[in-house]
Amino acid sequence: MQATRRDFLKFTTIGGAAAAIFGFDLEPAYAQLRVLKIARANETRSTCPYCAVGCGTIIYTIGDRAKNVTPQVVHVEGDPDHPTNRGTLCPKGASLEQDILNDRRLLKPQVRRPGGTDWQDISWDQALDEIAQKVKDTRDQTFIEKDGKGNTVNRLETIAWTGGCTDTNEFNFLVVKTMRALGVVHLENQARV
Amino acid sequence: MSQATLRVQKMSGHAGSVPGDDAQREFTVCKLIDTTTCIGCKACEVACMEWNDLPFGETVFDNTYQTMPETRWNYWNLILFNEHEKEDGSLMWLMRKNQCMHCAEPGCLAACPADGAIVQYTNGIVDFQQANCIGCGYCITGCPFDIPKMNPKTNRVFKCTLCADRVSEGLEPACIKSCPTGCLHFGSKEDMKDLAEKRAKQLRDDYNFPQAGVYDPAGVGGTGVVYVLHDATRPELYGGLPSNPSIPWSVKLWKGPLKWLGNVAMVGGLIGLFVHYLRFGPKSREDEDIHPRGENP
Amino acid sequence: MTNGWVDMKNTDMMLIMGGNPAENHPCGFKWAIEAKRTRSAKMISVDPRFTRTSAVADLFCQIRAGTDIAFLGGVIKYAIENNRIAKDYLIHFTNAAFVVEGDFKLPADTDGVFSGFDAERHSYNRASWNYSGGKPAQTASTAAGQSAAPPPLPPLPEKVDYDLTLENPNCVFQLLKKHYSRYTPEMVERITGIPKEEFQKAAELYTSIRKDGDMKKAGTIIYAVGWTQHSFGTQIIRTAAMLQLLLGNVGRAGGGVNALRGHSNIQGATDMAGLFDSLPGYLKVPTPADSSFDAWMKRTTPTTSKPAPWNSWNYYSNTPKFTVSFLKTMYGDAATKQNGWAYDYLPKVDRDYSWTHLWDNMYNGLIKGMFAFGMNGVAIGPDSKKNIDALKKAEFLVVGEIYPDETSEFWRSPGISQDEMKQIKTTVYRLPCAGFAEKDGSFTNSARWLLWKNAAVPTPGECRLDQAIVAQIFLKVRELYKKDGKFPDPILKLTWGYTDPKSPSLAEVLKELNGKALADLEDPATKAQIKAGQQLPGFAWLKDDGTTACGNWIYSGSFTEAGNQTARRDPSDPSNMGVHPGWGWSWPANRRVLYNRASCDVDGKPWDATRRQIWWNEGTEKWVGNDVPDFKADSHPKDHMGPFIMNAEGVGRIFAPLGAFADGPFPEYYEPFESPIQNPLHPERTNNPVVTGLKSADDKYGTVKDYPVVCTTFRLTEHYHYWTKNNPMNVQLVPEPFIEMGAEMANEMGIRGGEKVKVSSARGEYIAKAMVTKRIKAMMIDGKKTYQIGIPFHWGYRGIAEDEGKTERMMVNLLTPTIVDPNAHTPEFKGFLVKVEKA
Repeated sequence: MQATRRDFLKFTTIGGAAAAIFGFDLEPAYAQLRVLKIARANETRSTCPYCAVGCGTIIYTIGDRAKNVTPQVVHVEGDPDHPTNRGTLCPKGASLEQDILNDRRLLKPQVRRPGGTDWQDISWDQALDEIAQKVKDTRDQTFIEKDGKGNTVNRLETIAWTGGCTDTNEFNFLVVKTMRALGVVHLENQARV
Repeated sequence: MSQATLRVQKMSGHAGSVPGDDAQREFTVCKLIDTTTCIGCKACEVACMEWNDLPFGETVFDNTYQTMPETRWNYWNLILFNEHEKEDGSLMWLMRKNQCMHCAEPGCLAACPADGAIVQYTNGIVDFQQANCIGCGYCITGCPFDIPKMNPKTNRVFKCTLCADRVSEGLEPACIKSCPTGCLHFGSKEDMKDLAEKRAKQLRDDYNFPQAGVYDPAGVGGTGVVYVLHDATRPELYGGLPSNPSIPWSVKLWKGPLKWLGNVAMVGGLIGLFVHYLRFGPKSREDEDIHPRGENP
Repeated sequence: MTNGWVDMKNTDMMLIMGGNPAENHPCGFKWAIEAKRTRSAKMISVDPRFTRTSAVADLFCQIRAGTDIAFLGGVIKYAIENNRIAKDYLIHFTNAAFVVEGDFKLPADTDGVFSGFDAERHSYNRASWNYSGGKPAQTASTAAGQSAAPPPLPPLPEKVDYDLTLENPNCVFQLLKKHYSRYTPEMVERITGIPKEEFQKAAELYTSIRKDGDMKKAGTIIYAVGWTQHSFGTQIIRTAAMLQLLLGNVGRAGGGVNALRGHSNIQGATDMAGLFDSLPGYLKVPTPADSSFDAWMKRTTPTTSKPAPWNSWNYYSNTPKFTVSFLKTMYGDAATKQNGWAYDYLPKVDRDYSWTHLWDNMYNGLIKGMFAFGMNGVAIGPDSKKNIDALKKAEFLVVGEIYPDETSEFWRSPGISQDEMKQIKTTVYRLPCAGFAEKDGSFTNSARWLLWKNAAVPTPGECRLDQAIVAQIFLKVRELYKKDGKFPDPILKLTWGYTDPKSPSLAEVLKELNGKALADLEDPATKAQIKAGQQLPGFAWLKDDGTTACGNWIYSGSFTEAGNQTARRDPSDPSNMGVHPGWGWSWPANRRVLYNRASCDVDGKPWDATRRQIWWNEGTEKWVGNDVPDFKADSHPKDHMGPFIMNAEGVGRIFAPLGAFADGPFPEYYEPFESPIQNPLHPERTNNPVVTGLKSADDKYGTVKDYPVVCTTFRLTEHYHYWTKNNPMNVQLVPEPFIEMGAEMANEMGIRGGEKVKVSSARGEYIAKAMVTKRIKAMMIDGKKTYQIGIPFHWGYRGIAEDEGKTERMMVNLLTPTIVDPNAHTPEFKGFLVKVEKA
């Protein structure tokens, strides 16, 4: 019979375990527990950004809202008061801390110029100025006031907006306001697909 | 490090009495896992990782939804997935959350020679004290559920703590809180047994699972984690849950009539450990991380 | 959802189909499990794969992707034949008794199409899809099709002919019965691949709640994009709705037709009309043919159509009030009665600008610039290659994101060489946005509950709040238009009165959505008053004379003088029915279950005394209850007002008249656009007759000869869309893409689990490891052995695994076709054809 590693350890257990009796006093202190890491953390109620169950989450951050602290997330857990999820979270919601503290986050505006093979940094001001100018130029060149039958249409077919479904109602309304004001008709959203 | 409110009732490798034994009025806590409502979503795996701030590791696709073949020193909570074809040809996809069972008579604790490396609190939680651990790995042998795992870098053994830090502050364990379907439940052992038996009865009466029952094996004195199974007569279907787990004979013996033999055998044990090291070397990272294992077929 | 997440706990029976909530909505699914645990409710899972939901279901049927109408039609037939229908509900609360015009014809009588089919234009003249009835009302009550300029339709009759015995051969019920009589168990088996015995088991179980017509129990139908993503998706959902009406399950606790939406605020984004064909609150966009505001209102405001003795509230008759208030919010004082409330400022729409057309129009050079905020269009597809090719032709792209994504890096997607890259002229701006934890604002969940969230942390690095970015771009554009430019008025006159115009407070925007009084108002009945400038209590106060402003009428009531109602956090639930009236706020008017008048019988008594939602209180002569009545509060039951107040008829539509749908007043089974067989119902008419493909060089469609395997795409619970591939925890849970295939198929092809396989469609190919499983079986489809595979879609070419070179850096949507549903314009991501090879 070939002895497996497990059998081997089973055997040696007998020997090693005797250490105590031989007086190898390793001086155990009392059993130690981790302190509750969220005991004094600040709590913010939020909503999971993933699916449409809309689970309540509590984001725990360091600091007690004192001015001299930049809050840093230490934990995210379900909100037990929320009637839908009652404190539970799925494997995505439960890992939201890794979404908030993620070293893959985009941190500054970038531009890829025509023919470019890499990103370049760009200042916010310059990026927004350039975008605004492109919107203006494109709109002025292509805005349609009347269709072939002479009906007023006042639409801009050459600029499209595609929006995601994980931003707020209020953001969506600002998009509708601004895009419809420009005359945008290619206005679409994740909600379609 | 704060001193916990929990007192210790059993302590590994300890000469003499245990200070906390019999010194505290406390109920035994228990985790109920209803495998019949588990959807294998792994929220419990993530909640465990996040609460305990465990480092992320590598995994590879292995023809299964299971995150990895078995628990790791830094992955204490793992759902086991098994496809089971019933006699009538219909399929069952069995999912079982695997973790430390917090046995009433813990084999790991019995096997551990290091004073205070493994403790059992008066509420039944079995906890490892890495500061006292000597890295001998005997607890691994002593566990009938194959749960404790060695961190090869620090040579310390880790496993689920039942979130003793949360429980001692009056909170439920992180896995329990996260569980979306409520297949995980937490409370006193008495209440969990009651709930489990009621659910098993419902499965027998209303859901055509005549063999439904509760898993709370006597061989380890009962467990701090009880399962409801669709078929309690075949726990092995659920990723090899042992039908009659017990503490290995070697451990039982030395704890019992042969305790004196330990004096003699200790030296042998140390030699054995050395031989083991020569033969197998330190536990490799590869060994820890990747075991290709098809779920089925 | 007509009902809500927590309401699922009230159910006795669940049919989960076209959705896999255990996988995709685990925390909502808890209430389905709760119903099992506390009521011993039964759960039926019908899916192309045995899923995580199937694992806890009581009955599983493996269906061929896209054949759901055949299945549901078969259940309708079963229910009718076995007297498992809600007869009183059917007669009084639906249009079952309405008589349909004599020249209407069913597909069984007209070669697989309904009457009025125009084969050349691939569309219907829907004039015959109408009720029979005396003098016609003045205008058509339903707006017509979305795509082309609608042909003028006749109106619905004001007084509808009806037969309460349901025996008139041309009444809706008899037509329904006749139409689905062809959906026999044998036919269901041929089409869906579900053996007829198993199908009958499912039909028997689901309809068992209405055994002998007993009304106590309630059953729910739960679905998701497994139903919407087809070239007949809307009609699948309609079949479900009809079945629920037939069984009397709509409006009831534990019942309803429940769409589980996939993103945190997909409901809100739909409500807010970030879509080409609607305005906030589901108002219909104006067309060029609407020559004035009044003409637009005339076309889109329905007039009542009902049996003469009955009553119908026809709530959409208030359309002008909602619309004027919206325009007052948009343009303030610049919107006057004289200028039709600034009607000219609104763009007019008479073409299909929806998702696939948008990319087609960019591909064809029409679109010069695109904004993509939180929207990864390249990965989302369909036909990702076409979307990449389209972006190459754009002049500029502005991406707002928190992670590097496929869309912003289309110009260096796999396969593009450095030389090619230099030929791509598109300027791409990538703006770092804020994550969810950095923003406040409200999300609307799938149950229509709005809940306010709070910001927990500041934005990192140079990231800016999304609303600030949009505001700043807009203000810069506006600045340019102050000098010159084409038609500057709508830009210059758009209201922008936020305290911080460069970063509008979202609370202020929510107040704007709720609406306020622009003049002192008084309710003539109650004499209640509202002063000018005050927030409105709800949409009942809206006026069409310019004295109210409201950004989105269905959100009126969300931020009143009492404060932000969406921030309420009272978790109590006095009725213990999962209503939670003090938690957040639900549209409309904080009603939690829609159509809840139908939870009572004709006399206003609950069908089930143990689940009382609302009821008629004889003493106060009012509808009262545990939920807010979705009904006219003082309408006496003897007035026979219909519970479906948003329909001109007041009743539920088993027959959807006139322009309601592009492809039929009853759902008929058609094959997916790429299908392995001819339609067994009518081989000469295999696909949805009004669906056609796009025509660009990238739009290719395959046939069963080259692509014999049915493929469906799906999500995993461990990942979220194209987002969590950046999250190390989720990547550890499922590190790599895979392709799920049945053991029999794999054995036949000699493929073992973990080996790489290549899946190809007419559009492209996808390589990943095989997941060989017993959970997908070979199927007999119309006598032919057919295999199905499923592919989770969460990977692309930017992500943790992708960047580490652990994947093939491909998107599943390289495979999917640019075919869309003719009503909702949603692409057919499910049930297309592929071939499978060893890679």
